Amino acid sequence: MTGKQPYVGQALDSPHAFTLAPGPTKHTQYPYVTGTSVLGIKYKDGVLIAADTAGSYGSTVRYKSVERLKPCGKHCLIGASGEISDFQQILTYVDKLILNDYMWDDGNNLSPRDIHNYLTRVMYNKRNNFDPLWNTLVIGGVKNGEKYLGVVTMIGVQFEDNHVASGFGNHLARPIFRDEWHENMTLEEGTQLLEKALTVLYYRDRSAINKVQVANITAEGINISEPYALKTNWEYKAFKNPTAGAVGSW
Amino acid sequence: MAEAAIALPPKGGFNFDLCKRNAMLEKNGIALPRFRKTGTTIVGLVFKDGVILGADTRATEGEIVCDKNCEKIHYMAPNIYCCGAGTAADTENVTDMVRSQLELHRYATNRESRVVTALTMLKTHLFGYRGQVSAALVLGGVDVTGPHLHTVYPHGSTDTLPFATMGSGSLAAMSVFESRYKEDMTREEGMEIVSAAICAGIFNDLGSGSNVDLCILTKGKAEYLRNYKKPNPRSYIRSKGYDFARGHTAILSTKITPLKDQVTIVEGDAMEE
Repeated sequence: MTGKQPYVGQALDSPHAFTLAPGPTKHTQYPYVTGTSVLGIKYKDGVLIAADTAGSYGSTVRYKSVERLKPCGKHCLIGASGEISDFQQILTYVDKLILNDYMWDDGNNLSPRDIHNYLTRVMYNKRNNFDPLWNTLVIGGVKNGEKYLGVVTMIGVQFEDNHVASGFGNHLARPIFRDEWHENMTLEEGTQLLEKALTVLYYRDRSAINKVQVANITAEGINISEPYALKTNWEYKAFKNPTAGAVGSW
Repeated sequence: MAEAAIALPPKGGFNFDLCKRNAMLEKNGIALPRFRKTGTTIVGLVFKDGVILGADTRATEGEIVCDKNCEKIHYMAPNIYCCGAGTAADTENVTDMVRSQLELHRYATNRESRVVTALTMLKTHLFGYRGQVSAALVLGGVDVTGPHLHTVYPHGSTDTLPFATMGSGSLAAMSVFESRYKEDMTREEGMEIVSAAICAGIFNDLGSGSNVDLCILTKGKAEYLRNYKKPNPRSYIRSKGYDFARGHTAILSTKITPLKDQVTIVEGDAMEE
């Protein structure tokens, strides 16, 4: 094979890089360290977003203190599920965006809707080049009294709604939200609703752990709680001796 | 010169002779026929006095709803009922078969059937077919030993649970159960939670829909509530009814062939007995 050698100084990840492998350039198509669901709901004073702090490496829970909720700018918070390293890359992109915006020094700053739009363009563009950022992002915030909550997936699908979830949350938490969410919930009601959904996820999602953070974004600012544990109940009588009536089975 | 000796009679079980031919057909673009599945949300719950089973009523063939109001709760014995998810033919036939076996067993033993009997018959059959009989069941009943609720998986494994969900809508239904289940519920509370779980499946899962069926099993009594809830009514029916007079469809051409000229009538003898 007479492949040309990459020369010193050439960026190896540029689209013009020569590859020593035969065939077209390919990028990683699967995630390694992943975060599970992120949940978000709008309430009376703003937006609540919650996630656990687990980073799974396949079927092991490898990292138990991964912060998957990060503020960006004054009005916005991003929560991510999926590949953690890609989320860290997204945070550097958003950091540059916010910095640039700040340097204009024009008294205005980016709203959550603007950041959502920017991230949609980034995700969709990378997906079209078969080099996706393997994440589903939940973006929420409050600016000028307007509460905003939206989602972008790794293929660039974007939408906004009163309650959102990523990954398993779509199957286990959304049905609860559709049933129990209503306009103008108080902070207590909203937190209780999120904790209810997080508990169900801890019971039924194998990559979830019982260590969660809830972020509260209001007009006053962003507040991310310290990680805490949810109350669980394993004491059902029926679990103590489940096959009492069917001896020999399980 | 090797030749197949005598054609041996089939030994029973599955015959995989046509697999290569089917694979070749599929490779050449012929689509395999779809089979009728019961997309489905099925649930079961143990309450203070017995067991409540619930199911939706949508049956799908690929992306089409082929039956808007099918029955997924099957009678097994006067005190035992079974919900079925998966391939409709498999759930129907496997529950039918065990129902017959149970009846014969009742005649032989002169006793009320027990849930564990139905459980063992179902799991033995399904295990023997290595998961090819695609039936996922929620089996519930009340017998002399008390109320019982089991799930049976296509490969033949079973679980004994206080509350259970199966089918494509099982996650939506389980989220309702996990957040609301309490031990020793009353009949009303149980019915409320079961129908809420089925509704969660109906409205959040595309494979489930239409109505809620309920079956409440208590000592000595089984209440089958067909279409307990109908949360998807037809929103508008024209009061005058629908009729399509001539002229609604454009007629492009007409050809009339009198059949009398094509047929010869022959007098004959009456058929023999």
